[in-house]
Order: sequence, then structure tokens, then C-alpha cells
Amino acid sequence: MKKFKNFLWAVFVQPLILIAQNKIGLAGFIVLLVIIFMSFVGPYIIPLDTKVKLDKIYQPPSWEHILGTDSEGKDVFSQIVHGGKAVLTVAFLAALFSTMIAVTLGITSGFVGGRTDNIIMFITEVVLTIPQFPLLAVLAAFIRLSNPTLLAFILGAVSWPALTRAIRSQALSLRERDFIEAAKILDLGALHIIFSEILPNMMSYITISFVMAMTGAIYSQVGLILLGLVPLSGQNWGIMIQLAWTRGAIFFKDSLSYILSPILAIVLFQWSAVSFTRSLEGIFNPRLRVRR
Amino acid sequence: MNWTVKLFKSYIFRRAIRAFITVLIVVTITFFIVRLMPGNPIEIYIGQLMSQYGMTFQEAKNAAAALFSLDLDAPLFSQYLDYMKNLFRGDLGRSFVSQGVKVVELIASYLPWTLFSVGISILLSFTIGITLGIVIAYKRGGLLDQIISSISTVLTSIPNYLLGIILLILLGVQLQLIPVSSMRGTVSPGIKAGFTWEFISDVFKHAALPILTYVLSTVGGWILSMRGSTLNTLGEDFVTVAKARGLPERRITFTYVGRNAILPLFTSLTMQIGFMMGGSALVEFIFVYKGVGWALWSSIGQRDYPVMQGVFLIITIAVIVANFLADLLYGKLDPRIKAGGTE
Repeated sequence: MKKFKNFLWAVFVQPLILIAQNKIGLAGFIVLLVIIFMSFVGPYIIPLDTKVKLDKIYQPPSWEHILGTDSEGKDVFSQIVHGGKAVLTVAFLAALFSTMIAVTLGITSGFVGGRTDNIIMFITEVVLTIPQFPLLAVLAAFIRLSNPTLLAFILGAVSWPALTRAIRSQALSLRERDFIEAAKILDLGALHIIFSEILPNMMSYITISFVMAMTGAIYSQVGLILLGLVPLSGQNWGIMIQLAWTRGAIFFKDSLSYILSPILAIVLFQWSAVSFTRSLEGIFNPRLRVRR
Repeated sequence: MNWTVKLFKSYIFRRAIRAFITVLIVVTITFFIVRLMPGNPIEIYIGQLMSQYGMTFQEAKNAAAALFSLDLDAPLFSQYLDYMKNLFRGDLGRSFVSQGVKVVELIASYLPWTLFSVGISILLSFTIGITLGIVIAYKRGGLLDQIISSISTVLTSIPNYLLGIILLILLGVQLQLIPVSSMRGTVSPGIKAGFTWEFISDVFKHAALPILTYVLSTVGGWILSMRGSTLNTLGEDFVTVAKARGLPERRITFTYVGRNAILPLFTSLTMQIGFMMGGSALVEFIFVYKGVGWALWSSIGQRDYPVMQGVFLIITIAVIVANFLADLLYGKLDPRIKAGGTE
């Protein structure tokens, strides 16, 4: 139990205390929380505007519609509130898949070494060289990605190599540390070493990579939607952009807030994720911290 | 050591072999996607011919075989060998949509534009990025550093295609600074290719928005990496020694710090090339810039599978070759790579 407490402290509480010392990191963290809250709790508070109001097309922001209205006169703000959940869920699952693959392969590669390492690294290098987005686009031509979980799985399945390489090099450097040597001499067993000694020491790094994997998944996911390669429906920031694009909304001067809103929502999420992880990096990498 | 042994042990040779094997693997994967996946293009095409043109199964199959340059009755492995043979002869089959046009010819008309726009963007972005990176590393903590670092973080977090849409909206529609519709495509109709000012300026006019998008969306990353890398290098012993020797500051900045700080960025350069070539599918879609990225999108949309397959292969091969060249350059800049034997 005490061990678990220590683990929680090291993984969640300590980083938060350190985050609070970095202004931009803190801002990123707060924006991240706000977006997550808005996307997952917001829909229960703010009802979705589904009424078509032809006399209110492309209205600029006003008190009634703070982000204006879309090409059918619907309120844009309510669509933003309802459109985050789908995007973030797919990104979360995709990051989960790719991080799981990367951690498993990276740690195996770094610790087992020898031929296993060579084989895993070779596969990793090859997959890493194939440009991700075209591969996804081609796969989307054959697989109907109408199911969010399947979409997340495909996104995760092509995006693990960079992280695998990074985790392997972390594992390699940890392998040489004294406390791992000690654990080996004490014969604590591979599972104990991996789960109690190595993973906790990599947790900060894995957290950073996980958030970055989410931003990558959002890039590909929204890109696929924009190209019309994913037959998803429902409320979704990506679909909002795609609809605005195909309806030619960008060529109307008054539709500015309609098309910019989902774009800004995505950019804000990406920015807050990047700033948050940058400051985490600064905290976990003392070399960067000293010379700030 | 005689020259054959030297050749086999050389960095360039090992790297070339790896690039070649990667190409083979990608080609193989593509073959199996096209040939074996459920609902693969050949089956779809046969079905289309049968239902739309009333062909018998055998007629449709022959037509499909001709289109893909494959003998569909042969065992799968010999089909695979044929496919490889055709590929090395430069035969990628013919387009569905533009009936009878060779895929290779289509690719030859698209690829130069993508290589041109992405290539220029990488050079520009890398040069601007490392210069600004060194500058703000030296002025770390100052106002300039804070402003440039913050802008860089914002720029890196905007997906390139969204940045493209934002540029279109702001410059083209809201401020009406640029004529968006006449900038579509790769060249204006009626302009003859050649070494004329008219042609070259037209090419740059059409490529301007894609290039601006690529540069803006990647330069922030280079600035921040170069800043970090320079800060790391500044603490190295050889810099302290150079200072102790009383070398002029300029010389330390460029020959001692700059040269060494660039090295770690080369690993990101190879990643960046792949990312930009891959992202061209989206950026070229936004600006209707007819390079391979645009061709990938349109061939998928039109279900023109031979073109799609060819374009995907050519994008991947371009990335592999570019990575190979970047690695060679890296090997030249960092002698440790060549001598060390390990990568």
C-alpha cells in the first residue's frame, strides 16, 4: 500500500507541484483541464442546438450566439462543446494503443538485447520510414473506419515506432544504473525489475510521450476526416471543419467565427498539450532546468 | 584492407543496403494490400466491370489483369515476382479514370512539384530555424528569447493543414491580400515551361502558399530544438577551453558551438522529411496544388487504385531516398558516425 502511495506521489503529485512553478506549463495544464471538462461534462450542461434557422445563417458572434452561427443557422458554441468528446476519445485510445505497443517493444528491445533487439529495431526503423499519413489514407481506402475504436486502433498501429525507439534508449540507459544492477544481483526477477524498478523511473517520460502521441493522433484523425476518408458522423470538431470546408464557408466573410472555432479548439488543445509536456520535460531533465 | 572489404564495411554502403531493403518491404506490403486485403482493388474492379459493362467474369478478370500488369491466374508468388519485375522496369500499370494513361507518366507530372515545394521549404525552415535558435540561445531569458520561444511553441502546435486554412481565410478572404483562386494549381494555364522569368515567377506564385505553410509549421520546431541543443553544447568542456584560449566570440559561436549543436538535429531532419512529404497530402489538398499529395487524395477519392498504389510507393521511396541523403550528409558532418561503426 505504501509502495502504491509512493508511486502515486511520484507519478501524479510531484509533477503537479513542479508544474505550478512554470508559468507557461501551468497555463497549458489549466487550458488542457478546461478543454477536457468542457468536452466531457459540458454536453450535460449546454444543450446541442439542432434547429435549422434559415434567417440566421453565418451570424457573427453576439450575446445570443457567442461564436456565431453556422451555414444552417445553428449555434456554433454548442457544437464546439459537443464536438470535443469524439475527437479526444479517439486521440486518447490511439495514444493508449501506440504507447502500449511502444512500451512493450521498447523495454523488451532495451533489456533483452542481442538478436531480439536487432529484429525489433529493424522493424521499427522500417515502419518509421513509411510516411504515416499516406499509409493511413491508403488504409482508409480499404477499411471502413466508421467505428471510432477501429479508427483509434489503426491510428495507434502506425504511430508507435518513434516512441519505441525513444523508450528503448531510455531502457538502455536505465539498464546500466546502479539500482538496476543491485536488483539483478539480488535476483529479484525480470518482472519485478520491469514493473517496480524500471517503469516507475520511466513514468514521467511515458506521460510526456503519451500526451505527444495524443497530439499526433489528433493531427492524423482530423486530417483523415478533412479529406473525407473517414465516414464518421455526429458532433466532432473535425467534421465541423470538413463541413465548413465542403460548404465553402471559408469564402464568406461573415463565416469567420464558424470555421475558426473548431480550428482554434484543436489548436488550443495541441498548444496546451505541447506547453504542458515541454514544461514537464524541463522539470524531468535537470540539464534543461539548470540553464533555464 | 583491400577495397572490397572497405566498401562492405563503409557507412554509405550499409546505409544504402538498409534503404534498399526498406523499399523492398514497402513494395511487398503494398502488393499484399492491393492483392490480398478483403475488398482489394482488383476484386472491386472486376465486380465493377461485370455489373456496369455486363462482362463475364473471365473477360473482367482479363481486363483487370491488363490494367494492373498482372497475371491473375498464376500462383501468388509468381505474381509477386512479376509485380517486382514490372516495378523495376518502371511499369506501375495504367490509370482507371484517365483511361489508358500510364501511372508512371502521371507520377512524373506530379512528383516534381512536391519535391520542389517540400525541398525548398525544408531548406528555408532549417536555415531560419537554426539561425534564430542560436541567437535566442545566446540571449536566453531575454525578451527576444521569450517572444520567439512562445511564437515557436504556438506554431509547432498548429497542424499544417489547419495553418493552411487559416492563411487562406486571413490573407485570401478576410484581408483580400492575395488572389486565392488564381494561385491554385502548379502553373497558370498557357504559360510555357522554360527558363523564362514569366514561368519561374509563376511557379513561385503558385507554390508560395504551400511553402509558407510548410515553413511556418516547421520553423518553430527547429528554433526550439536548436535553442536546446545550443544550450547543451555551451556547457561542454571544449567550449570552455576555447573561451579560455581567448578565441574570438564569433569563432566560438559558429565553429565550436553552432557546428556541434546542429548535429543532434539531423535525426529530426529525417523524421521531418517524412512528415512533410506525408503531410503534403493534406497541404496540397487545401491549396489544390497538384503534386503527389494531391494525386494521392484524388486517386483515393476516385478509387483509382493503380494510381493510388503508384503514388503511395513514390512518396515512400522519395522519403527513403531523402533520408538516405540526409544520413550521408550527417555522416560527413559528424566523423564519429563513420568511424564508430555503430549507428
